[in-house]
Amino acid sequence: MPDPRGHPVPFRAWGFAPRDIPLAAAATLIGVLVLWQAGASAGLISTKFLSAPAQIARALFDLSVSGELWLHLSASLRRLAFGWLIGTAAGLAVGFAVGLFTLARSPGMAIVSALFPIPKIALVPLFIIWFGIGEGSKIVTLAFGVFFPTVINTMAGVDGVPRGLIRMGQSFGLSRMAIIGKIVLPDSLPAILSGFRITTSTAIILLVAAEMIGAEKGIGAFVLSAGNLYDTDSLLAGIVVLSVMGLIVSFVLGRIERALLGWR
Amino acid sequence: MSSVRLRADCISHAYKSLSVLDDISLTAEAGEVLVLVGPSGCGKSTLLGILGGLLAPTSGTVRMDGEARSDCLNPLTYVFQDFSLLPWRSVAGNVSLALEGTRLDTASRHARIAEVLGLTGLTEFRDALPKQLSGGMRQRVGIARALAVRPAVLLMDEPLSALDGQTRDLLLDEFAGLIARSGVTAIYVTHNLSEAVRVGHQVAVLSRRPGRLREIIRIDRPILERRPSDPDLVSLEAMLWRLIREDAATADREMKRA
Ligand SMILES: Nc1ncnc2c1ncn2[C@@H]1O[C@H](COP(=O)(O)OP(=O)(O)O)[C@@H](O)[C@H]1O
Ligand SMILES: [Mg+2]
Repeated sequence: MPDPRGHPVPFRAWGFAPRDIPLAAAATLIGVLVLWQAGASAGLISTKFLSAPAQIARALFDLSVSGELWLHLSASLRRLAFGWLIGTAAGLAVGFAVGLFTLARSPGMAIVSALFPIPKIALVPLFIIWFGIGEGSKIVTLAFGVFFPTVINTMAGVDGVPRGLIRMGQSFGLSRMAIIGKIVLPDSLPAILSGFRITTSTAIILLVAAEMIGAEKGIGAFVLSAGNLYDTDSLLAGIVVLSVMGLIVSFVLGRIERALLGWR
Repeated sequence: MSSVRLRADCISHAYKSLSVLDDISLTAEAGEVLVLVGPSGCGKSTLLGILGGLLAPTSGTVRMDGEARSDCLNPLTYVFQDFSLLPWRSVAGNVSLALEGTRLDTASRHARIAEVLGLTGLTEFRDALPKQLSGGMRQRVGIARALAVRPAVLLMDEPLSALDGQTRDLLLDEFAGLIARSGVTAIYVTHNLSEAVRVGHQVAVLSRRPGRLREIIRIDRPILERRPSDPDLVSLEAMLWRLIREDAATADREMKRA
């Protein structure tokens, strides 16, 4: 016999709404470090293969006091800065040209599509032949690797500018330069900046690879030689430096995004 | 009052093989509002784009005659259905865009911005970003930006169609007043017949695609004296609806192209 008052409608929209809990994130990382250290101290983890966090910290401290760390780090940062800036500048120029001008579009895209799939590390030996074993070949490798994703992201950003906004600018008689500077550039900035996230991490990967192939200084070279000496403490210290480098870059980019894209 | 007329002669337009406008001739008289109505997809936006020089017609010409006022910075000025505001610029910044790169110096630019924000009731929102505003407020920015350049001809493409019904009624009154008092020549595209009879001196009725001119109706009562409940406007609206009803129904059943 059905209830004459009807029955309550059951709630069905459970889940699929994950939340962020910053405290849980921090606790997880600290927990892993504590377990790792405890495992190593108790002899459950062989420190010959995986140094304990305390040993890595000790190695980091020693390296920075002796100045060795700064020597390698400054060499790496210089390459990173030059390579990334050159690749980014060239990529932005080509990306805008391809996004804006018919004359540049097909030729530009043909070259980009043909060269983009090449694993850039495979070109290091060629660049060494062309530019020598010194700084030139490393910077060119980075620039080359940064260039293609920058072109593609910039072009996508420019392509994504709503045509209506451009027509609006034209309808108010804005000059071509004003339309590019006041409409196209700001509107494609989110795409360009998210491209920077990709290109900075690409640049760090290529940096390490290039330094492992032929360099005396640089974090990549340092990690490689520590490995050759079975010095896992120093090796892992180098890796920690690399990940901190990545974290700092991503933090800085986040700040730039917040400052420039606050309108979103 | 604007003394500029805009005249379209034998305009036809096709997108590739899709014929959209067929031999349209009409004139927006100086200081008057010409309304274009017709079923959706009949080519109203296309025609408006052609009238303001944003689209080259397949054939036919558009001529502007008469002198624009000396303070006019952009004779043919649009108000867009989707507002077309820059999301990264404030209300004042969006109005300013239309004045940057013109002969106005900074002081007179700021004076103009303040003036049109006042006219459209936006003064207290001058620093707000578009995303912080309701649809109605956003279109007020669109109108303010257009009025700031002192246009000779104002071209409006369904300026109220993206708004809800109540906001639309409120803004319709305001816009009709602003347009009538500024005396600008205007072309107002809408598919809403009550809007048409409220703001138009002339109402041009287009057929379904390819749009042909079916009829031009004059409404003599001054815009500022019209009320939504005026019996003659209500019956005019009913008459317009009888004219386009069948076309609208057919257009609705047509397959989309392109
Ligand atoms: N850029 C374009 N390319 C091809 N077809 C278009 C384009 N713009 C509009 N059309 C087509 O032309 C017809 C008229 O469009 P439009 O002028 O926007 O009509 P309305 O504004 O009256 O709704 C529609 O069928 C539309 O699909
Ligand atoms: Mg339209």
